[in-house]
Amino acid sequence: MTVETQLGNVANYVDERTGAAAWMKKNLQKVFPDHWSFLLGEVALYSFVILLLSGTFLTFWFDPSQREVIYEGSYEPLEGIKMSAAYASTLHISFEVRGGLLMRQIHHWAALIFMAAIVAHLMRVFFTGAFRKPREGNWIIGIGLLTLGIVEGFLGYSLPDDLLSGTGIRIAEAIIQALPVVGSYLAYFAFGGAFPGEAFIPRIYIVHVLLLPGAFLALITAHLMMVWYQKHTQYPGPGRTEKNVVGYPLMPTYMAKAGGFFFIVFGVTAFLAAVASINPIWLYGPYTPGQISAGSQPDWYMGWLDGLVRMAPPIETHAFGHTISWNILIPGLIIPGILFTGMALYPFIESWITGDKREHHLLDRPRNAPNRTALGVMSLTFVMVTLINGGNDIIATHFDLSINQIMWGTRFGVLILPPLAFIITKRLCLSLQRADRELVLHGRETGTLLRLPHGEFVEVHEPISPEKAYLLTSHEQAPPLELPAVDGRGVKRAGALRNKLRARMSIANAEQITKVSADDLKEIEHH
Amino acid sequence: MKRLSRYRRHKAAAPLLLLLALLAIGATYSVASAATSSEMAAADRSVLIEEGRQIFLKGCSSCHGLNAEGGQIAPSLIGVGAASVDFQVGTGRMPMADMSTQAMRKEPVYDAAETAAVAAYVASLAPGPEIPAESSLNYERDGNTAEGGELFRNNCAMCHNFAGQGGALTQGKYAPTLMGVEPKHIYEAMVTGPQSMPVFSDKTITPAEKLSIIKWIKAAENEPNLGGASLGRVGPVTEGLLGWVLGLGMLIGVAVWLAMKAK
Repeated sequence: MTVETQLGNVANYVDERTGAAAWMKKNLQKVFPDHWSFLLGEVALYSFVILLLSGTFLTFWFDPSQREVIYEGSYEPLEGIKMSAAYASTLHISFEVRGGLLMRQIHHWAALIFMAAIVAHLMRVFFTGAFRKPREGNWIIGIGLLTLGIVEGFLGYSLPDDLLSGTGIRIAEAIIQALPVVGSYLAYFAFGGAFPGEAFIPRIYIVHVLLLPGAFLALITAHLMMVWYQKHTQYPGPGRTEKNVVGYPLMPTYMAKAGGFFFIVFGVTAFLAAVASINPIWLYGPYTPGQISAGSQPDWYMGWLDGLVRMAPPIETHAFGHTISWNILIPGLIIPGILFTGMALYPFIESWITGDKREHHLLDRPRNAPNRTALGVMSLTFVMVTLINGGNDIIATHFDLSINQIMWGTRFGVLILPPLAFIITKRLCLSLQRADRELVLHGRETGTLLRLPHGEFVEVHEPISPEKAYLLTSHEQAPPLELPAVDGRGVKRAGALRNKLRARMSIANAEQITKVSADDLKEIEHH
Repeated sequence: MKRLSRYRRHKAAAPLLLLLALLAIGATYSVASAATSSEMAAADRSVLIEEGRQIFLKGCSSCHGLNAEGGQIAPSLIGVGAASVDFQVGTGRMPMADMSTQAMRKEPVYDAAETAAVAAYVASLAPGPEIPAESSLNYERDGNTAEGGELFRNNCAMCHNFAGQGGALTQGKYAPTLMGVEPKHIYEAMVTGPQSMPVFSDKTITPAEKLSIIKWIKAAENEPNLGGASLGRVGPVTEGLLGWVLGLGMLIGVAVWLAMKAK
């Protein structure tokens, strides 16, 4: 019996009992479009798998307890020092468990890459308009995953109970306490008494290893199932429409690519973990509330929040026996709250402005949606400015600057630079549209100069390929919404003010360089 | 012996014995002190002080005043002690290259002998912290690394960073890195509190504890990078940068390659 028939027998056996063949046939042939930016989400997914595996390894030895112990391990500079069992067991993992330090570093590097990949994936989805109908729900799940990722990463950073992570927990406690009225009670409940107590590490441990990974698995499953069901978006191009997907089948092309890519992600993470130190907790020392290190920072995905808190002016009010710390409340809770809510609602806001309720499976080139692209760059600029302030002390020492200058620079920068980035980006998008138009109308500049009989020099332009011309002209340019303030009989319509705002935003949103139409092209051909 | 003991009750015996004893003590003391320390004769010392004064007048007095009484831009040096001079001049901080926010460590302008002369001159103005003797700086023998680490995290890490890499202070001032600093200079800095640094007197941190701190700093300096490249030992800022640039950067490179091959 050949291998093929053996395999066939097994397949038959399974199919006769489950009827899987039809389903498998359909789904294994499912087509996915090909573009490097579609792999960013995959990087996040694979990093998550690496996190699960390396994290499980770490749980075998980690002792999530704030019980005080005296260190007797092999790291001499901490010999005989009092510390929590959590910290001591992390030292044990680092120095005594075979491969423990490598695993810790793989886990932490994977977490940084996980969050970076999520943000990069989010940028891709945003700038190409992949969040539009029917994918608004999946966009919201994505925002949920980003938020959970930030929380999960912060909890993981907090678990070893070293000097740095304890400082982070202290700031988290301050942010909880900043909630008016209920803050101090909530902090008391979370810590099971006064800070630091003995309850917090065991609690966040269970959240870190059970609750949030469970939520992640559920949300990631939903995220992927929706991609499966709604099909992947694709970049515009010849032969690609709103009704098809052009690409390669799952089996065998994507199976091989994705499988291989997983190992590459694992390899890059392991490489970083092998060559570069991350979170050297033995240098930080155990946490005690009386100590702090200069340049204490959170991981990068929290760094922008830290930067916001660092730049907040010291404002607080006292009312009815309560202190409201605006300097913590605004940067720590209100601004992130606005940002994340705005981000989650953005698909609905955009469709309200454009009035576009149709399905979209073809992606936008970012330049063809100048307002959206400008808004995205504006948000990124905001986060970058705050992130810079989050590292102000490190930047000050390494670039010979004054920490006060950086703080004041970012205080103004956070207000001035994002709007400036919006304007510049929008102008850049429109210029790129203009360049596209030039390209279609006059072709590619060849760099060949031609001298005409009467002495004039001209540059020879070469017409672009029809495929390229299609790509540059296939997008649609919707006119702004018509929202008259009065109806047909001259009566002011309900919600006129809202409509006025909507109409204005719609006009700004529809600002475009008129693309070359098919008629224009025909006319050029006649020349 | 008999002849000697015959005179033991002699009138002159007691004063003579006293004289002998004094001579013996004096001779022993002079021999012993000459052997163990470099205590110099008063004459030598005044020569050194004069030499220091000459250097001071040329190199320091334009800011610190002709009699080290201080001026508008520089503090008085009366009572700062030899340790202060040895630290500031010995690490190249003084004389300052320019009037920036803070004197920075650089190649010393004066050699060891000149530094000692200026230190002697400043110490002669009024008593102050002395340069610790070599014998009292044996941190390897008298220090305890773990205790030093605990003291360091309690007293030093908030400015100098958890691994002694230095950190930012306000208005462009900074706590410098402690890597590669001579033990003597670390000790003197704790005793004299140069620039923005507070003084850690022997009551706050005992000499033995100071040696423990030095031992821990030296241990941190010589500790191999256990987890791979140290990334400057400044915490998550450089880690985040590397995660984005090298980590995600490499992966995007691979993703571009993967998508390209499909063409």
